[in-house]
Amino acid sequence: METIKKLTAKRLFMPIFCLAVMLVAAVIASPDFFKIGVQNGVLYGRIIDVINRGSETVILAVGMTLVVAASAGTDISVGAVMAVVAAVTCAFTAGGQQSVNEYINNPLLGALLGILAGVACGCFNGFLVAKLKIQPMVATLILFTAGRGIAQLLTNGQITYVRVESFKMLGASIPGVPIPTAIFVTVLVVVLTMVLLKKTAMGMYIESVGINSKAARLVGLKSTKIIFMVYAFSGFCASIAGLINSSRIYSADANNIGLNLELDAILAVALGGNSLAGGKFSLLGAVIGAYTIQTLTTTLYAVSVSSDQIPVYKAIVVVIIVSLQSPELGKMIRRLKAKASAQAGKGAA
Amino acid sequence: MKKEGRKLDGNSFLLVITIALFVVMYLVGIALFKNQGFAKTQNFLNLFISNAGLIVIAAGMTIVMITGGIDISVGSVVAMVCMVLAWTMETAGWGAIQSAVFVLALGVVFGFVQGWLVAYLKIQPFIVTLAGMFFARGMTAVISKEMISIKNETFLAWAQCKIYLPFGGYTNKKGMLIRPYIYPSVIIALVVLVVIFIVLKYTKFGRSIYAIGGNEQSALMMGLNVKRTKLKAYVLEGFLASLGGFLFCLNTCSGFVEQAKGLEMDAIASSVIGGTLLTGGVGNVIGSLFGVLIKGTIEAFITFQGTLSSWWTRITIAAMLCFFIVLQSVFAAAKEKNKK
Repeated sequence: METIKKLTAKRLFMPIFCLAVMLVAAVIASPDFFKIGVQNGVLYGRIIDVINRGSETVILAVGMTLVVAASAGTDISVGAVMAVVAAVTCAFTAGGQQSVNEYINNPLLGALLGILAGVACGCFNGFLVAKLKIQPMVATLILFTAGRGIAQLLTNGQITYVRVESFKMLGASIPGVPIPTAIFVTVLVVVLTMVLLKKTAMGMYIESVGINSKAARLVGLKSTKIIFMVYAFSGFCASIAGLINSSRIYSADANNIGLNLELDAILAVALGGNSLAGGKFSLLGAVIGAYTIQTLTTTLYAVSVSSDQIPVYKAIVVVIIVSLQSPELGKMIRRLKAKASAQAGKGAA
Repeated sequence: MKKEGRKLDGNSFLLVITIALFVVMYLVGIALFKNQGFAKTQNFLNLFISNAGLIVIAAGMTIVMITGGIDISVGSVVAMVCMVLAWTMETAGWGAIQSAVFVLALGVVFGFVQGWLVAYLKIQPFIVTLAGMFFARGMTAVISKEMISIKNETFLAWAQCKIYLPFGGYTNKKGMLIRPYIYPSVIIALVVLVVIFIVLKYTKFGRSIYAIGGNEQSALMMGLNVKRTKLKAYVLEGFLASLGGFLFCLNTCSGFVEQAKGLEMDAIASSVIGGTLLTGGVGNVIGSLFGVLIKGTIEAFITFQGTLSSWWTRITIAAMLCFFIVLQSVFAAAKEKNKK
């Protein structure tokens, strides 16, 4: 009993438990879930698919976790920023044409420009939130709706294709390497962020700003600067995710890149046991949460739920998680219990 | 006393800016597109006709924003309402009145659930309504992935019933008298607007909403039932969102998944441009009406101009929202300084 209590008290217990439940559900829905094969020299199978396709969500969740922790708000513009990044990269690489079979401009330069655009979007959000003290969701709502419009303008309202093999490497795989490239990128982003947070005490700063930004400022932390940086970082994460997604479909589809991914990222943060009210956070929890979401998505696809219906299920999951996190629910249940026991006491007397 | 006066000035100043902006924009439009008929009375009335739904939705949005909350689910709720209307009438064979009552009830239920989560479980309004937004949009797809056009005769009669105005007519080249017209949806929208204005200004419920938005703690100490008032505000908002959806549907006469995408942005922007503070406690539905009209004017510009992509509407609205938010935050900062 003691050991069980100790185990459940661990921070990562709930996220891992959720993931396990989800995996079991996935196996029930499609028995060959864990089967791994090799196709064209690349690992292949549902579980690989989850890890591979989950890359964008994981990377977004990393940025989102820090945003939530520092500002008690969420960055809902990430999906739209992904579309902007893809549009910038593809429009530059294709030299403004609608479909190209060879690079017009250097793709690495294009990717760099894309990342710059993404970070610029993040800085814009950060400026509104940190400097002008606007609620994070309203500030990011601006890019959430305008972002796709900007992406449309950059690509002249059409889907820009870059049909070159090497452009697909990021989203697919590098010849000779059996593991999809996106997985490497994800690991790199997660590990680098963790090291950065641990080595520089940045993690602690973010937590203290999130718990009480005024107090953090009084002890000498620059709250404004930290919140700004967190949003810029979220923009960076969105750019990496945008590049991966754009490389997967070797194009910039302003309407569909990163669609609904902001919900996934927020869900991942919440599932990872992080409070959406800010403060203490667990990056690893968010990563586990992201894979849980991806498993859910893949499983829903497996039982033939279409992509535009999936948000229904995810929305319900979000509401359940945040309700469970709410301290008010606990109070309400306690009150009900007290009432019940009082009535039972009366009956006995 | 002096301080109070200054505060009110700041807020009504924002409203004056908004109205002036609308008038200037409209005059610019008349100057630019005079030959294409921008100056006609009908063009002005078209602003109301094409935005009747948005006027109602923005009024609802203003109410929740005054409480200090927000609702980003309205665009999806409109899509869901249109889809439910289309599906019940075309596939299930319901009557128009039955469907209309059903969607309004649906809106109330939707608002109740969101309001309960916000008021009683104290979850951030943004998270709740973000979930609501994805839920409603997803439900639209669950009902039907194909577009459904409404062919119900009663409904179409409602949609196409032109009400001619007794003034503002002119004689065209063939000597026929052309009189400007509006649809019933405009009348419904304006009546709702006036009712909400009165409710907010003169009823206990309305004043409580302002009190809660201004300072929740003080409102609680004054003995107001904060939770119930918030819940009521969200229920009313849900009702207005579905009514707005119904009016929207009278314009489009169809239901499809992508409908009214980004409408929440238009509603929020209209409220903010109309002088509603994001921090709550301050706001006015008349201001929101002008916010909607400004949005309509931008749309009219882009239609008359002809070559610009319709995406520009969205980008302009976002830029204006951004500008007004910055303006608000500058005002707030100035007020802080005055206090010190």
